[in-house]
Amino acid sequence: MRALLLRDLRLAVRSGGGFGLGLAFFFLLSVLVPLGVGPEGGTLGRIAPGILWVGALLACLLSLDRIFALDFEDGSLDLLATAPIPLEAVVALKALAHWLVTGLPLTLLAPGLGVLLNLPPAGYGWLVLSLLLGTPALSVIGAFGAALVVGLRRGGLLLSLLVLPLYVPTLIFGAEVVRRGAEGTALATPLALLAGISLGATALLPFAAAAALRVNLR
Amino acid sequence: MSIWEYANPKRFMQTSAWALPWAVGLTVVLLVVGLVWGFFFTPDDYRQGSTVKIIYLHVPAAMMAINAWVMMLVTSLIWIIRRHHVSALAAKAAAPVGLTFTLIALVTGALWGQPMWGTWWAWDPRLTSFLILTLFYFGYIALWAAVENPDTAADLTSILCLVGSVFALLSRYAVNFWNQGLHQGASLSLDKEENISDVFWLPLLVSMAGFVLLFVTLVLMRTRTEIRARRLTALLARERVA
Repeated sequence: MRALLLRDLRLAVRSGGGFGLGLAFFFLLSVLVPLGVGPEGGTLGRIAPGILWVGALLACLLSLDRIFALDFEDGSLDLLATAPIPLEAVVALKALAHWLVTGLPLTLLAPGLGVLLNLPPAGYGWLVLSLLLGTPALSVIGAFGAALVVGLRRGGLLLSLLVLPLYVPTLIFGAEVVRRGAEGTALATPLALLAGISLGATALLPFAAAAALRVNLR
Repeated sequence: MSIWEYANPKRFMQTSAWALPWAVGLTVVLLVVGLVWGFFFTPDDYRQGSTVKIIYLHVPAAMMAINAWVMMLVTSLIWIIRRHHVSALAAKAAAPVGLTFTLIALVTGALWGQPMWGTWWAWDPRLTSFLILTLFYFGYIALWAAVENPDTAADLTSILCLVGSVFALLSRYAVNFWNQGLHQGASLSLDKEENISDVFWLPLLVSMAGFVLLFVTLVLMRTRTEIRARRLTALLARERVA
């Protein structure tokens, strides 16, 4: 299992593109929004939590189709399906690898972009914490979506259509944590719900994703 | 005599062929009675004026938009558990109908909201959850359209429907949390005293029954078309082999 994880990480880092692309996209988005909205600090500070969360979500979406597509094309997914470890574990590991090369760097980059967007000082800690808790859900839900469309030729666009509605609760609670954190109001409820979504998705969605993969490999 | 006998396509076609004219007739009667009664023979509301009459389209459409998804969930479960093709095809047939009801509810709501709330659209929890429901319908229909093998498509869309239902419910409560509502509470409920006057309630009930039957009729028709299309494909394939 560790070998599989390391293989995925190595592929993600060395094959180029996927790894840095999401981060660059996140950065570009945070630069473009002030250019479009205007440089006024109060407005930017108010929309910063939402922009950062939407940016993280879209950046995550960019690399989703790589989770299974490459392995499906060269046939290694068939080998993984017949391997001694269960397919559910393969899905969970691939989602973990995706999170390590997308969600985690995004989380680390986010405070820097918060400066660009004039996020109020009280919000930074909550921004990192909410992304740390929320991005695993994004990766797991994304892995489920990628498993659904893995056999399709033009899966990329369809993938975003399928996955974005599933991202709604995560986005709402995540951005709510940061907004309340920035305002200094009570935020235990959205934080707990965000963590709950992440845990629930991580526990259950690998089964759904593995079922979809089995259908696609049939 | 069990309900599973209708899972046999031949049996389903026979029964639905018998039931369809009745369903069509009853739908037309109920919709005409409900809508004409509602539009022309009810008084204006003392605050909303004649705009209240949109309730006869808006409420039944919204109700059926949600019920159509529930029906798809049930038929998807039946497909996953018992592998009855009619069930999968019924889910496929119901999706565009449900999407249309969702859009009707959104559009009539906007038409009503403009004079009443002074805006076509507000990010109210109910409105937002309906918009999200629309996205789920689009995704579901797109997945059906994208996968070529019908059995694979049925499997994948069923899984999507199950997972989507959980997330649709989650989103419903998430948007409640996210914004306070502008939309009024329930007009009808089973467990509380009705907060709508009988004058409006009776025609509303008739048009709701009409919309339920309209949904049943459309789904029956579309399922029959799907079954015929499937038979046609099988016949063509056999001809090519021979």
